Amino acid sequence: MKRFVYINDDESSPTHGLYCDNRISNRKYTLFNFLPKNLMEQFSRFMNQYFLLIACLQLWSLITPVNPASTWGPLIFIFAVSATKEAWDDYNRYLSDKTANEKQVWIVRKGIKQHIQAQDICVGNLVWLRENDEVPCDLVLIGTSDPQGLCYVETAALDGEIDLKTRVIPSACTGIDFELLHKIKGVIECPNPDKDIRRLDANLRLFPPFIDNDVCPLTIKNTILQSCYLRNTEWACGVAVYTGNETKLGMSRGIPEPKLTAMDAMIDKLTGAIFVFQIVVVIVLGIAGNVWKDTEARKQWYVLYPDNDPWYELLVIPLRFELLCSIMIPISIKVSLDLVKSLYAKFIDWDREMIDLETDTPSHATNTAISEDLGQVEYILTDKTGTLTENKMVFKICCISGNFYGNEAGDASKDKRLLNAISSGSPDVVRFLTVMAICNTVIPVRSKTGDIVYKAQSQDEDALVHAAAKLNMVLTNKNGNILELRFNTLAIQYEVLETLEFTSDRKRMSVVVRDCQNGNILLLSKGADEAILPCASAGQQTRIFNEAVEQYSQLGLRTLCLAWRELKEDEYEEWSFMFREANSTLVDREWRIAEVCQRLEKDLEVLGVTAIEDRLQDGVPETIYTLRKAGINFWMLTGDKQNTAIQIALSCNFISPEPKGQLLLIDGKTEEEVGRSLERVLLTMRTTASEPKDVAFVIDGWALEIALKHYWKAFTELAILSRTAICCRVTPSQKAQLVQILKSCDYRTLAIGDGGNDVRMIQQADIGVGISGREGLQAARAADYSIGRFRFLRRLILVHGRYSYNRTAFLSQYSFYKSLLICFIQIFFSFISGVSGTSLFNSVSLMAYNVFYTSIPVLVSVLDKDLSEETVMQHPQILFYCQAGRLLNPSTFAGWFGRSLFHAVVVFVISIHAYAFEKSEMEEVGMVALSGCIWLQAFVVTLETNSFTILQHLAIWGNLIAFYVINWIVCAIPSSGMYTIMFRLCRQPSYWLTILLMVAAGMGPILAIKYFRYTYRPSKINTLQQAERLGGRFLSLGNIEPQQRLIEKEVAPLSITQPKNRNPVYEPLLSDSPSTRRSFGQGTPFDFFQSQSRLSSSYSRNCKDN
Amino acid sequence: MEIASGPSTDSSAARTIPIDSSSTVLYEFKQQNLPACKPVLKPSYVITTFLLLGFIFLPIGLTTLCASRTVVEIVDRYDSECVPGAFRGNKVSFIKDSSLPKNCSRILKVRKHMKAPIYIYYQLDNYYQNHRRYVKSKSDQQLLHGLNSSNTGSCEPEESNNGLPVVPCGLIAWSLFNDTYTLIRGTKKLSINRKNIAWKSDRDSKFGKQVYPHNFQNGTLIGGGKLDPNIPLSDQEDLIVWMRTAAFPSFRKLYGRIEEDLKADDVIVVHLMNNYNTYSFGGKKKLVLSTSSWLGGRNDFLGVAYISVGGSSIILSIVFLLFHIKIPR
Repeated sequence: MKRFVYINDDESSPTHGLYCDNRISNRKYTLFNFLPKNLMEQFSRFMNQYFLLIACLQLWSLITPVNPASTWGPLIFIFAVSATKEAWDDYNRYLSDKTANEKQVWIVRKGIKQHIQAQDICVGNLVWLRENDEVPCDLVLIGTSDPQGLCYVETAALDGEIDLKTRVIPSACTGIDFELLHKIKGVIECPNPDKDIRRLDANLRLFPPFIDNDVCPLTIKNTILQSCYLRNTEWACGVAVYTGNETKLGMSRGIPEPKLTAMDAMIDKLTGAIFVFQIVVVIVLGIAGNVWKDTEARKQWYVLYPDNDPWYELLVIPLRFELLCSIMIPISIKVSLDLVKSLYAKFIDWDREMIDLETDTPSHATNTAISEDLGQVEYILTDKTGTLTENKMVFKICCISGNFYGNEAGDASKDKRLLNAISSGSPDVVRFLTVMAICNTVIPVRSKTGDIVYKAQSQDEDALVHAAAKLNMVLTNKNGNILELRFNTLAIQYEVLETLEFTSDRKRMSVVVRDCQNGNILLLSKGADEAILPCASAGQQTRIFNEAVEQYSQLGLRTLCLAWRELKEDEYEEWSFMFREANSTLVDREWRIAEVCQRLEKDLEVLGVTAIEDRLQDGVPETIYTLRKAGINFWMLTGDKQNTAIQIALSCNFISPEPKGQLLLIDGKTEEEVGRSLERVLLTMRTTASEPKDVAFVIDGWALEIALKHYWKAFTELAILSRTAICCRVTPSQKAQLVQILKSCDYRTLAIGDGGNDVRMIQQADIGVGISGREGLQAARAADYSIGRFRFLRRLILVHGRYSYNRTAFLSQYSFYKSLLICFIQIFFSFISGVSGTSLFNSVSLMAYNVFYTSIPVLVSVLDKDLSEETVMQHPQILFYCQAGRLLNPSTFAGWFGRSLFHAVVVFVISIHAYAFEKSEMEEVGMVALSGCIWLQAFVVTLETNSFTILQHLAIWGNLIAFYVINWIVCAIPSSGMYTIMFRLCRQPSYWLTILLMVAAGMGPILAIKYFRYTYRPSKINTLQQAERLGGRFLSLGNIEPQQRLIEKEVAPLSITQPKNRNPVYEPLLSDSPSTRRSFGQGTPFDFFQSQSRLSSSYSRNCKDN
Repeated sequence: MEIASGPSTDSSAARTIPIDSSSTVLYEFKQQNLPACKPVLKPSYVITTFLLLGFIFLPIGLTTLCASRTVVEIVDRYDSECVPGAFRGNKVSFIKDSSLPKNCSRILKVRKHMKAPIYIYYQLDNYYQNHRRYVKSKSDQQLLHGLNSSNTGSCEPEESNNGLPVVPCGLIAWSLFNDTYTLIRGTKKLSINRKNIAWKSDRDSKFGKQVYPHNFQNGTLIGGGKLDPNIPLSDQEDLIVWMRTAAFPSFRKLYGRIEEDLKADDVIVVHLMNNYNTYSFGGKKKLVLSTSSWLGGRNDFLGVAYISVGGSSIILSIVFLLFHIKIPR
């Protein structure tokens, strides 16, 4: 499908009005559809449907045990809260849309320049922009102030990259006069709107009098997209091709799928179980009630049952019980959870220890709903560059035509020999520096103070240009195609003829330049070693460069090979023709260009190798060490070279050096090779699974592709077995696939990255963390959490994640406990009220019980800390309790269930006996039982709270006081059912004695059990608590769990596993190591579908949920 | 020079230290660093707690038990005894036959001295005043405002009779208890004070002073007692007491008070009208004379429960103590 855009369209053209206008709308609702749409959305949740059903049933007065308000009130409240939140968000979206839509822009209509609102731009309009204007819609450039037709845009809002990008007008439009641009006519053939911001395959044809003999191809380089800013260019003019919500930005705007935490899933599961339990209770009691009615109640003449019932009478009693038991599922849990979750997120935002002081970026939780998942992470998949490292590239050392430069400190720019060579003008060195300085797309900008500032798209290029400048080869100016260099004091000019761009497939880039001094045409190339060295001319020895690359990457440096070649005039002319042709193909353009480039990039003379250092971020090794100790597995997914990746992995505690660690390499170019290699690795993994050895596998992108395609099952097993993996040279989609594999094995994954290539992985993972770093904000924007530095991950997981998990575990189970408590009492009461479904409690109390009395004390559990932050940091193994879901699972839930049953028995038995005979007044007994519940729940919260701040005391005891105050107020109203009840009760000594008895009988056994467990069967958390609070020195935690992957042993003393990055000693770690080889050798053919062993092994690793 | 360099260093310091003292609490809250007390379940604390609990509960238990035991109670079940021998096989037909005389005499012996006031209760067993159909079947509005109130939907099936509304409506009022008792000591009738047996708050604010019984017990189906249509509801204390529904199937309701002491070995003859039908569902009727203590009537439960909770917590503390000595942690 194509769209045809007629430039300077007027009403008569065929496509006028076919496309939408430029009105941007991010709104979800309009004023009219808000209510129905929002209600629809809320009712798509099971819980809400359930509550609505209950509320509707309550309207039938025959069956309702209580006033319908007791359900309608909270229900409407809950709905109002979330609807208000939605409405507020939508209103803010509307406001921001409005400012964007009403922005004034200059366009040309009917040949006249007009000032209109941005929302009135139509497809085909000519839009004029001035410097620093925001681009209102997607435009195809047709003219700029620059004579070459260049302009610069900042695309930060689009892809987060902060450098300036060059955009150029299409060749057909070059040389059109400024005045004539108003009248330009033509047609642009472009694809239907899509969201690919790096691609536009379109054509432009101009009409007379601007006729160009040919169809002119358009690429993304000829466009400026919505939300970019025009910089360093006086004006630019373009044709609107996509407008409104159909722009590239508009199309890529999507509502991401809401993520559900493991905890939410567990709560849902428990809710389901309670629901089933409730149905069973209802059925049993319903039948019992009907039987009792027919056998007993008909004899009770005062009940006056009619002799012939209508048919629905059979249903009345079960439905009454359904309503009576409906509070088993606490209506407040959703609201409470939403509330505390947003508070968890706020705690992350507020945390001062997670502010990056260098850039002053605080951490931010974009997704407020998944904090608990942070505490349950099992796998962390991390990008390397910019995530583990600073992404601050610094040129370190180099090898120029066989000479290694770089002084003892490893700094070539201070190496005397190199400086001497430069000052003496050694031709090799000069060429090398020239390539460093001009084989790139860097734009030098002269700032006001006269300094030269480089605007580079890639950090590597930036580092090279800076290094060249330091070595006296300064790129001073770029004026159209003319580059100006200053070498020592000499000014040199080059004319850039072509740029053969970098793509991730080609892994190299080249420029063709003409030396303005002597007119020679030169091809300058730089790229990865495997992309450059094979193109070296036949005569040249590349062994020395191979060695250099090897050696540098052993040091964890990023290497680039530089090469050059002189071109003959006619060779260039011939090639240039082909290149232009390839550039204008519409089909497979990228592939064609690559092929043409290939033809030129041959017989290169390799000049040397540069090594760029990307320093590790502060605290990375410590963070990884702590998190691995916490039982989290790390996978590193990088686009970088294998050796570099392994070195970085070593230096940041990712893997242990040889005697302790073992690296298994999966490689191969064909299906069989990869298969064999995979099989060997699997075998080794299985045999070493029981040993306390740190085994990791290394795989590159190519082998991964094959493994994922043909050996999915085997690879999945490998993924389960392996605690550590390094995947090099992987593409963004492969990163996402790996996340998918781990997720399909039911692991909680966290993906952390900083660049655009990590976005897919971040979105795919259960938790996406973005580092708001140098590669822009793209990853941070797509992520659920954005942090400034990698080291904050430790705090994010161990402190915020863990606390969130613990708190939610308590809160959710407690919510069920208190609902079940009151429900059990109602059920017990039904046995002494003729199984007729009478409610012991009055409506007001029931409603207030769930909404006020019991929800406030528990809300302050968001401040509870079972262990101090320092203790958790020192003993990260404790995270295991969260990972394995020890604090919220069916068995802990059973404990709470039992507790509520026990408390219900205590309250019920004591109140019916203490208030027997002449005291057995219904309202009074109801209030006695209710007070008992309130007191008990206050003590339960107290007992389960680990640390009391002033707020907790206020909430727990204040709530208890509030209970009495509220009830006294209600009791003072003559028309209320419980008029004077509470005053009477509070005057009776027997009331207070009863309450005291309930508290003692209810809490005594629970305190005793808790104390017994705490002292004689302590969990590791208890042990740490005792150590922390009693101040005792605390030596070793030991193994938390025998099955728990032997973490503590593996990463015992810190000092051994921390080789310094700068250590130049070559450590044979990979395939060359004979011991590794041997362990590969003796493999029997592995049946790829041998699923049993996979199951058993995964089982043993999954034995952790009790 | 130093002054000039001041602001630049301050900017970094300001980032880390909050200065305003009023915001300190808020700051600590945001950092989750509010000062907290972190209790530990130390053996000494827990053992002391249980020991203390025991030593508080035992005396309370003994006191309440004593209080309960000082209450003297005479309970006499009369429902089956008060049916003439000929009708023992079919009690329901006896009670339903209005032509038969329902009077009956019982002889009670006072075992211990009973101090005034002595409360007279009637006790019903297996009587479900808490049944869902029953407990809802009244209209608070009507009881207060009488015929002016039309809000009597909840009174079904005793809402109206012969097209006229019933006051007081509903099953509770309809099934009003109507046995009566006359107590004679020796030859002298004991005076029973039947005033102020209902809650004052009920008489004042729940039952209307201007509301008179209307069309009550006029139907074909007659439930319990009748009401004098000339006395307003607020003075019909039997009704008010009856309408405070009981939460359990076995309950006592106040009938009246004897304002003089009964001596030990006094013999009291009770003349009663055995009107109320409990025979159809096998319910028991009892007459209870009881004194009262600060805790109310005779009920050993609290005392026994306190003693057992106190006792078991002392045992528990001893067990924990032994544990602690055996396996010190």
